[in-house]
Amino acid sequence: MRSVIKTAKTVDEAVAEALRELNVDRERAKVEVLEEPQKGLFGLIGNRLARVKVTVSEDPVKLAKEFLYKVCDEMGVNVYIEDMTVDEYIHLSFSGKDLGILIGRRGETLDALQYLTNLVVNKQVEDRVKFILDVQGYRKRREETLRKLAQRLSDKVKRTGNKIVLEPMNPHERRVIHTALQKDNRVNTYSEGEEPYRKVVIAPKNS
Amino acid sequence: MRELVELLAKALVDNPDAVQVNEIEGEKSVIIELRVASEDMGKVIGKQGRIARAIRTVAKAAAAKEGKRVVVEIL
Repeated sequence: MRSVIKTAKTVDEAVAEALRELNVDRERAKVEVLEEPQKGLFGLIGNRLARVKVTVSEDPVKLAKEFLYKVCDEMGVNVYIEDMTVDEYIHLSFSGKDLGILIGRRGETLDALQYLTNLVVNKQVEDRVKFILDVQGYRKRREETLRKLAQRLSDKVKRTGNKIVLEPMNPHERRVIHTALQKDNRVNTYSEGEEPYRKVVIAPKNS
Repeated sequence: MRELVELLAKALVDNPDAVQVNEIEGEKSVIIELRVASEDMGKVIGKQGRIARAIRTVAKAAAAKEGKRVVVEIL
């Protein structure tokens, strides 16, 4: 969000000047008149200029895409980014060739880019937005893998009666594990440790 | 690499003009020195270094593509 305050003889002039400085069209800006102009006595004493505040709120999707296209360009990857809004989340999915480097080991690069995009865009817009980044369906595939892993490990816990500590995961991935085993009444799941090394534990339910 | 870190830093801080990035190129590794205005330090480091870690992760990915190691130092 950017705003400027301008003074001029008339409101229109002040607004025009502000728009020129912000380099935006009238439709994309919000205008607040701080002071109406006033003609003084005989047009000489007590003249008051118009004072306006003009604010542009930018489109968060556009900002996010601009940022990510630049980042990908610097990283030397050619991408096409599609956006889709689901509930309060804006999904940005990348397609292109050799996008493995955008994902990284267990999605760490993708998570880093997602975190940075959220920071950069929310710095510039009025209402907070949440972005989820995905590369060619990676997140969905990873979720499926995690769900299968949860199932396999919970079977092992039931068989052996020993708890299993999983490798560190981010909050989203931990939630997938917890949810997958929520209805299982023979095992308990909980998380332990500190971010970013927090791990899910699958333990047998003592009955 | 320098341009990438500069792009990320400038997008995060309040004083983009104060962002300075140096690149020291070695045979197999690159050292990136990032300087920002003192009031912007928190914007590139973050709580428990979370932002700094994200910048390093992205830089590492780009470096790996060129077969290099990268160290991002925030000064």
